[in-house]
Amino acid sequence: MKAGSNLEKVFDQGLFAVTAEIGPPQSANPEPLTHHAKMLKGYADAFNLTDNQTAVVRLSSIASAFIIMREGVEPVIQMTCRDRNRIALQSDLLGAAALGVKNVLCLTGDHQIFGNEKGAKNVFDFDSITELSVFNQLRTEGKQVGGQVIKDPPKVYLGCAENPFATPYEWRGARLAKKVAAGADFVQTQAIFDMGMFEKWMDDVRARGLDKKVHILAGVLPMKTAGAARYMKNKVPGMIVPDHIIDRMKKASDPKEEGIKLCVEQIEVLKTMKGVHGVHIMAVAWEDIVPRIAKEAGLLPRPSFK
Amino acid sequence: MIVAKRKPMNEIAEMVAPYKNITVIGCRSCVAICLAGGEKEVKMAASALKVKNRKEHRDQQFETLVVERQCEKEWVKEVEDKILGADVVLSMACSLGAQTIADMYPEKTVFPGLNTGFLGVPEEQGVWSEKCVGCGDCIIHLTGGICPVARCAKSMMNGPCGGSSNGHCEVNLDIECAWYAIHERLKLQKRLDLIEKVMPPKDWSTGHYGGRRTYVREDARLKQHQKKGKEAVQ
Repeated sequence: MKAGSNLEKVFDQGLFAVTAEIGPPQSANPEPLTHHAKMLKGYADAFNLTDNQTAVVRLSSIASAFIIMREGVEPVIQMTCRDRNRIALQSDLLGAAALGVKNVLCLTGDHQIFGNEKGAKNVFDFDSITELSVFNQLRTEGKQVGGQVIKDPPKVYLGCAENPFATPYEWRGARLAKKVAAGADFVQTQAIFDMGMFEKWMDDVRARGLDKKVHILAGVLPMKTAGAARYMKNKVPGMIVPDHIIDRMKKASDPKEEGIKLCVEQIEVLKTMKGVHGVHIMAVAWEDIVPRIAKEAGLLPRPSFK
Repeated sequence: MIVAKRKPMNEIAEMVAPYKNITVIGCRSCVAICLAGGEKEVKMAASALKVKNRKEHRDQQFETLVVERQCEKEWVKEVEDKILGADVVLSMACSLGAQTIADMYPEKTVFPGLNTGFLGVPEEQGVWSEKCVGCGDCIIHLTGGICPVARCAKSMMNGPCGGSSNGHCEVNLDIECAWYAIHERLKLQKRLDLIEKVMPPKDWSTGHYGGRRTYVREDARLKQHQKKGKEAVQ
């Protein structure tokens, strides 16, 4: 065991894992976090706390993690390289581990141009892969980037994201290989809508033997409207939404229900895909729907290791 | 080359408004090539200021001149009398030229007529693009001759990120994704192995982050400045 997190135990037992997301509020009010933690407890193995996603200022992911842990819910803290240099990243990793955080997701981070502080000076001292390698060295050897060796290194389970739908497509498997070499234990993928393309990526991943080295959580994203599907297709770089999915959402008499149905169907397919060890449900600003999706996709009950 | 562009005329006019005798000094190097502060631009700026000056009933005199390289003291020295004779100097060179004059004549007020942008190259007529940030530790032999520090919006060492869309950068879809370009170039050269390994954290201390830099070539210095013996070794 690297960190002994709930998520790590699920993978260790060879069980199909479920992670979901809780978006921290744009305020100092912890209540939305406790509310979601209470509502979602038991419906996924761990929950990502996003780190100022899309570069919008929010309650910090580490503080959010602490708040949901008080409710007995396991966090995965996201740590981007956009806002912190190596001093702050390593310091926050020590701090998070000291608070009891066991899962850390290493991300390069969305550029500040997408957020609400466009005039910000970014950092990008690392990218997600150097961040992984640095955190991996810190947890295994207790050695910082600068070479200092510390006592009581952080015991963390390290994750990353990967987008099979970004160009060049042929390089995405190789890039995941770099993340695995850098120390990733698990990977959450970008939301999958083009199942055929995801299969192709998985073929490459399996051919490289990466499915044996890293636990792959396939990303799914329930949609509420056809407009959302269109928006993701046209406006979100690195997202591919096939027309048949947009059509299906458009023709649906109840798009919300159709979105849930579609998501459940996707999970059913992913559950049978070789090398996929779990799903990551990204119900962005729709956290309430996670219990229903988990239930209808046959993902319940979640294992307990108490 | 250093790529710059002229400040908005209103901003320049506002800066020089309180002064009577203004010397506008351009530069024949980079800023002439990027059409920001060469002979023509200096004349145009001065006449625009004169028109504004007349409209607003100010009594201002503009003297225009262009030096070979405003960042070198020798060239600036040649127009010293024009600098000392003016109430204020409006530099139409990059910030390096403006600062050279400002440092040489500390009693003089020097205004920047240009906004200095970046280290870049002319891509085609009228288009310049950034290609270097002066990090002090060049790695383009590992990246197919394409600098990811300057050309990737996130200066990634292990790209491309998940926002690379049809070979374009998510931050600005008009711009190519540097890492997409690196991949294509190395594929062409059959050198993809170069980017298969994890690139270690970059040491930024050789760049501006290590503090203001000065490079000294002892062998090139004039005798009175040269260090001797043990001193030189240190």
